[in-house]
Amino acid sequence: MALELIVSKIWKIYEGRPVLRDLSFVFDRKRIYVIMGPNGSGKTTFLKICALLEVPDKGKVFYLNSDKKRLPKDINLFRKITYVFPEVGIFNASVFDNVAYGLKIRGFKKKEIVARVEEVLDFVGLIHKKKQNALTLSSGEAKRMGIARAIVIEPEFIFLDEPTAFVDMKNTEIIEKILLQIKEREKSTIIIATHDTYFASKVGDIILKLENGKLLTENSA
Amino acid sequence: MEFLIEAFKKALFLIINLDRELLEIIFLSLKVSFSALIVASIFGIPLGAFLGMKKFPGKNAVIIFLNTGMGLPPVVVGLFLYMLFSRSGPLGFLHLLYTPTAMIIAQFVLAFPIVTALSQASIMKVDPIIKLTAKTLGATPFQVALTIIKEARYGILAGVIAGLGRVMAEVGAILIVGGNIAGYTRVMTTTIALETDKGNFELALALGIILLTISFLINITLYFIQKKGVPANTTWL
Repeated sequence: MALELIVSKIWKIYEGRPVLRDLSFVFDRKRIYVIMGPNGSGKTTFLKICALLEVPDKGKVFYLNSDKKRLPKDINLFRKITYVFPEVGIFNASVFDNVAYGLKIRGFKKKEIVARVEEVLDFVGLIHKKKQNALTLSSGEAKRMGIARAIVIEPEFIFLDEPTAFVDMKNTEIIEKILLQIKEREKSTIIIATHDTYFASKVGDIILKLENGKLLTENSA
Repeated sequence: MEFLIEAFKKALFLIINLDRELLEIIFLSLKVSFSALIVASIFGIPLGAFLGMKKFPGKNAVIIFLNTGMGLPPVVVGLFLYMLFSRSGPLGFLHLLYTPTAMIIAQFVLAFPIVTALSQASIMKVDPIIKLTAKTLGATPFQVALTIIKEARYGILAGVIAGLGRVMAEVGAILIVGGNIAGYTRVMTTTIALETDKGNFELALALGIILLTISFLINITLYFIQKKGVPANTTWL
């Protein structure tokens, strides 16, 4: 059984305006959830609250293990979830070192780091750029590297905030393929925030719409 | 003009022949300055990192104090330390006056604010997204701090080199606390001052050339470090 994310009756208010209102949802399947909504609808806020990067003004967000026990919000839980920002957040280092980061801080041995990073870079089509400084990548390549850096640590939850923003058609298609392949592996629950309807329909198993602070189910695969 | 050319020739002769006295002076200069710089870096970089990352009451006052320290007049530092280390001073029992240790302490006082303030400035320049990214990839707070320091490494190194430039060139503080004792506390800058006073321009000029060369090398290093910090064809998302 996978880790479950429970969002219970959360509220988030910005400058007197409720962005999220009494919102509840359970993410319990190793699928791709897509959260749609126009700019300013609160997608990023919701994603950050789910990823424990922000706290709601009211309500609770917690993770349950396979025994339905609530996990404490400590480093062990933080290491099971990861978040890819729209700006990616690139370290001034090689592509290899960027992707290896999560493994290094977890104390993996060098041999395993090399094997896993190379496998993932090959998977996202960046193996030929492994020695290149990551700051020199194009926007699309940087997004792919961000995804590679997230999946290499095999987290239970991956949050992707606008993965196709500032990305050309070709790279968007590559990102779609990568996400669909990740889904097949069934290692992680992926939650994506996007306003790209076409992209959402291509990759999403469960499409949710954030409207007036509420999460509405559009379809379920 | 003729005496200048003559002095220059003799200076080159001393350099080419690796004059023993000249070498001793250069060695002591480097030993004092690098020791001061290492100690300043050991304390200054972590303090700069702390100031750059943490918020606490009085932080701005500390930063202003450090920035003021960057422009400390070396003679004032020398005077202050002289009073501390002199026989009747509060630290007179340590018998440090007119020793290389006193010179290292004086140069430490000069380098420390530069290394600390420039480290702090470099840390603050690191994009906040780096901190968040490290956190979301599972870094502990300590690992996050190390990652930020690593991101700021080129700026921090530039601060260390700027500190080296400052201590290598100063004369006031070490002259007062070191006393310019031949073969013991005599370094490049104090020798230049003394020999110029005595009219012995050859040694002064030779040391001047070496000091300029070192300064030139420091600046070349600084230039390349800064250049390396921003890779070519950088794409800013």
